[in-house]
Amino acid sequence: MTWDRMQELMWPATWETLGMVGIAGLATLVIGLPLGLLLVLTDKGGLLQNLAVSRVLGVIVNVGRSIPFIILIVAVIPFTKALTGTSLGWQAASVPLAIGAIPFFARLVETSLREVDGGLIEALKAMGAGTGTIVRKTLLPETLPSLVSAVTTTLIALIGYSTMAGTVGGGGLGDLAIRYGYQRFETTFMWVIVAELVIIVTALQLLGDQIARRLSHRGNYRSPLSFFRSANAAPRAEEIDEDLASSH
Amino acid sequence: MITTKGLTKVYRSRGRDVVALDDVDLHVRQGEVFGVVGTSGAGKSTLIRCVNLLERPTAGTVTVDGVELTALAGSEQRAGRELREARRRIGMVFQHFNLLSSRTVQQNVELPLEIIGLDRHDRRRKAAELLDLVGLADKARSYPSQLSGGQKQRVGIARALAGDPKVLLSDEATSALDPETTRSVLKLLRELNQQLGLTVLLITHEMDVIKSVCDSAALMRGGKVVETGQLTDLLADGRSQIARDLFPLGDFGTGREDRTVLEITFQGDAPAQPFVSQLARTYQIDINILGAAAETIAGRLVGRMRVELPGSHTDNVVPIGYLRQQGLQVDVLDLSNGAAA
Repeated sequence: MTWDRMQELMWPATWETLGMVGIAGLATLVIGLPLGLLLVLTDKGGLLQNLAVSRVLGVIVNVGRSIPFIILIVAVIPFTKALTGTSLGWQAASVPLAIGAIPFFARLVETSLREVDGGLIEALKAMGAGTGTIVRKTLLPETLPSLVSAVTTTLIALIGYSTMAGTVGGGGLGDLAIRYGYQRFETTFMWVIVAELVIIVTALQLLGDQIARRLSHRGNYRSPLSFFRSANAAPRAEEIDEDLASSH
Repeated sequence: MITTKGLTKVYRSRGRDVVALDDVDLHVRQGEVFGVVGTSGAGKSTLIRCVNLLERPTAGTVTVDGVELTALAGSEQRAGRELREARRRIGMVFQHFNLLSSRTVQQNVELPLEIIGLDRHDRRRKAAELLDLVGLADKARSYPSQLSGGQKQRVGIARALAGDPKVLLSDEATSALDPETTRSVLKLLRELNQQLGLTVLLITHEMDVIKSVCDSAALMRGGKVVETGQLTDLLADGRSQIARDLFPLGDFGTGREDRTVLEITFQGDAPAQPFVSQLARTYQIDINILGAAAETIAGRLVGRMRVELPGSHTDNVVPIGYLRQQGLQVDVLDLSNGAAA
């Protein structure tokens, strides 16, 4: 297969992947963030403590996370059809992707929010703040760097899931790699696609880290990819200084 | 300014009731610095958190500035509108500062003003004013992670004052600070109390804090207030545990039968008289000084001295009477158990 032919196939597939990950990611953010918030707020000792709601949400999230993605794609076909009018193409694939990612992201949001020091919430209460104010002025701003990291992780997981979208004619890079690279023994082409995925994932991670670090004012945010940039896993002194400098 | 009546808080943990506060009556007068002291687990933290209803008392009432807070609606998790408004007039500082790391110093001070609903311009002006008051005007744009502990607590105090409160609650505000920083933060609290007429209720486990800033104090033990009053009154009372803790003179040994040990407490002008040498000259007795301490408490010089006189208590009735005549407070210590007789 020539390089020109590869490019011809890769560009549309790249856009399909980015399209379904983008739409699914947006839907995940819009639905998963409030869901994660509710998981924390309705839990025991939460600002909106409601154990019944908390338990129901917990079960929904756990069930959502347990269903293998390939089964989920097929299972939600009727819903996908109702929503997008079709069960084929990358637009249709966005629906199961979002459904699969929402509970995952909600749990990540929940974990981030639980790390907020209870003392901060207490301080806000003592100032006479209500629940909405506490969420807007403390919970979300204080966890913003780790929420950005959660979005990064979720988007990367979505890229992984999107490779299975081919099963319902969703297209995308993963589908291409399987159909051409694997099934037609175009091994070189398969590795080219894998390389592209590696580049996309790394770029996404670096961008996410950069944003998270910009937003963090604690001066201790460490990127999970930092070992790529420094010779050893332990942070060097000048790197910490850099982190401090870049955070303000 | 702050009155609690019959305040009781019972926690239920693993089917057992734990009484954190047991029928606490407290009265903090307007414009005073009131300290609650006690060991950890004595219930003082629960007490201060019940004052602004961060914890709902099981029974009893809390009244702050004429408003009975316990009558206002809300649960521990969610406060009703009236309670939230009442809280805006009560400032609170915390042991671990509780500043938002995502906000600059200035933005942290502006936070309560945002909650009140002040516009941007007024918030800026007020925050600048407050930071100037606590001596941190040059740190307005810094983030809390760039500040020392003492500076963080000053930001915490500035934030607590943002809503022009009449009452400031201090929850172990100096316990995470080193001694020197503690002194400067306490000095600031005292200045604010005097300049702004702020009523301060603080809790602490350090007697030094009581000694250096408080007008009145209460001692808590096992969820109960075992002693309370103005420091000057407590010091004049030989049986006061607080006064005793303020002036630890140490153990004086078992003593002997033919000796009398006295504890002499003096306040104000009394130390100006050379009463020890006067006593020695007048009655021709040898006086042995076992221990002495003098401090400025609540703005008054107060001292305590432990002396040993020859002869039994009955032999020394006249010298003791002489000392009492000089306006000194004299307690005769019972040698057998070390307590004041």
